[in-house]
Amino acid sequence: MSVTEMFTYIQGFLSADQDVREDIRKVVQVLEQTAREILTVLQSVHQPSGFKEIPSKCTKARELFCTVRTHIADLKTKFPVEQYYRFHEHWRFVLQRLAFLAAFVVYLETETLVTREEVAKILDIQVVREKGFHLDVEDYLAGVLIMASELSRLAVNSVTAGDYTRPLRISNFINELDSGFRLLNLKNDPLRKRYDGLKYDVKKIEEVVYDLSIRGLAKEGEAGGDK
Amino acid sequence: MNKREAEGCARKNADAAQDRDLSANPSSPIVASFKVFQQELDTKHDKYERLVKISRDVTIESKRTIFLLHRVTNVQDPEEVVNEADVKLDAVRQKIGLIAEELRGEDIYQFHRAFTPGIQEYVEAVSFQHYIRHRSLISLEEINARLVFMKAEKEEPKGADLPMGAQVLTFQVTPADYLLGVADLTGELMRMCISSVGNGDIDTPFKLSQFLRQIHDGFSYIGNTGPYEVSKKLHTLRQSLGKVEDACYTLRVRGSEIPKHMLADVFSSRNTLIDTEEGVV
Repeated sequence: MSVTEMFTYIQGFLSADQDVREDIRKVVQVLEQTAREILTVLQSVHQPSGFKEIPSKCTKARELFCTVRTHIADLKTKFPVEQYYRFHEHWRFVLQRLAFLAAFVVYLETETLVTREEVAKILDIQVVREKGFHLDVEDYLAGVLIMASELSRLAVNSVTAGDYTRPLRISNFINELDSGFRLLNLKNDPLRKRYDGLKYDVKKIEEVVYDLSIRGLAKEGEAGGDK
Repeated sequence: MNKREAEGCARKNADAAQDRDLSANPSSPIVASFKVFQQELDTKHDKYERLVKISRDVTIESKRTIFLLHRVTNVQDPEEVVNEADVKLDAVRQKIGLIAEELRGEDIYQFHRAFTPGIQEYVEAVSFQHYIRHRSLISLEEINARLVFMKAEKEEPKGADLPMGAQVLTFQVTPADYLLGVADLTGELMRMCISSVGNGDIDTPFKLSQFLRQIHDGFSYIGNTGPYEVSKKLHTLRQSLGKVEDACYTLRVRGSEIPKHMLADVFSSRNTLIDTEEGVV
């Protein structure tokens, strides 16, 4: 094979690769759009009036997840399934966002941590790599960490809205999350960086709980009730 | 960090600290699921580290092979050196076999970053040897064809499905790695060109400059469609090509004036000039 032939061959490969990336980018853009819509719906829980409407907001968000599922189904067709990690960085960000949104919805509904399986089910993807388009464990964890900072905000705003028990529940939840993350041996990677921010969320929520308990506003709460 | 944080809690909110202790109990579903994540992440990181280690070995051995191959310009029997390189490259291939084994059943792109430096260096070495032997560019298929490993395995139950219980493992060099390896090759060819001039070999520089020009044209054809690193290497490639072309120019101009036995002196002074330049780049 001559040098020119070889380079023509490689060039063909590279442009095919670029085409695939272009396709993926388009779908991911739409996906990001939907993710923003869901976020907008959920943001209203921070409004004083939004606290009563949490269930209805969650239903609305769940409806929007249907659109997400169709887009992800579309995304799956754009590349060979065994090359997931080759194009991973294209959808990594949006998948983390979606994991966060799913976790947030589930938290608002049941006040529990969403499992990786549940997120995968909400997004209609797989948990294990062998079965197809899946949710990488690091992306799931990143999504959970985004939710933690959202919850620290929610704790502050729920006090403003006059809900004094919610911060205590959030505090319990975040502390449990924190001890969960402490079990992980993280490398010096983006996930680790994000995890380093968790302690500030913990701190913020603890300050809220402190403010409430020192003023005797948290008496009926399950967490601070025993003093 | 742990301690300081715990202290902060104690001062501010003893209850929260207590909660944390309670929540750390292993029966909590969150803690239980994080234990699973811990295991999964650790397995992945371990594999990554193992791959980095193998890749480093591949790099070192490939570099040594390249140094060995540079000796062909000043030994009596080049064939002997090339054969010795063959033995060394076989050892490198064994190492790549270990990579292939680690990657069995995995998405190779998930760990690609761990072993790409080693593979590029291997491409460089193997293509350099190919050039010395055949004066042509090794193709991607030729490289991949030699990265097929037979693995006799008895304890693996899956092996029973295959005839003779042998397993075939392949390792595929990606086109991007190939391209980057070839880009590195040009630097080696430039060094070879200069040193062959130093030895009074007049033909090799002209052949090399032609070959380098072809590669350069190839890279210009690819331009910026390739990965990001390619454009960086293209700059170095231009420099190498410039040096080789300069050398050919000098040979042509001075060749008619200077007696052959003195050419070596002309180029040995030139050589040091180029070497210092390289130090800066």
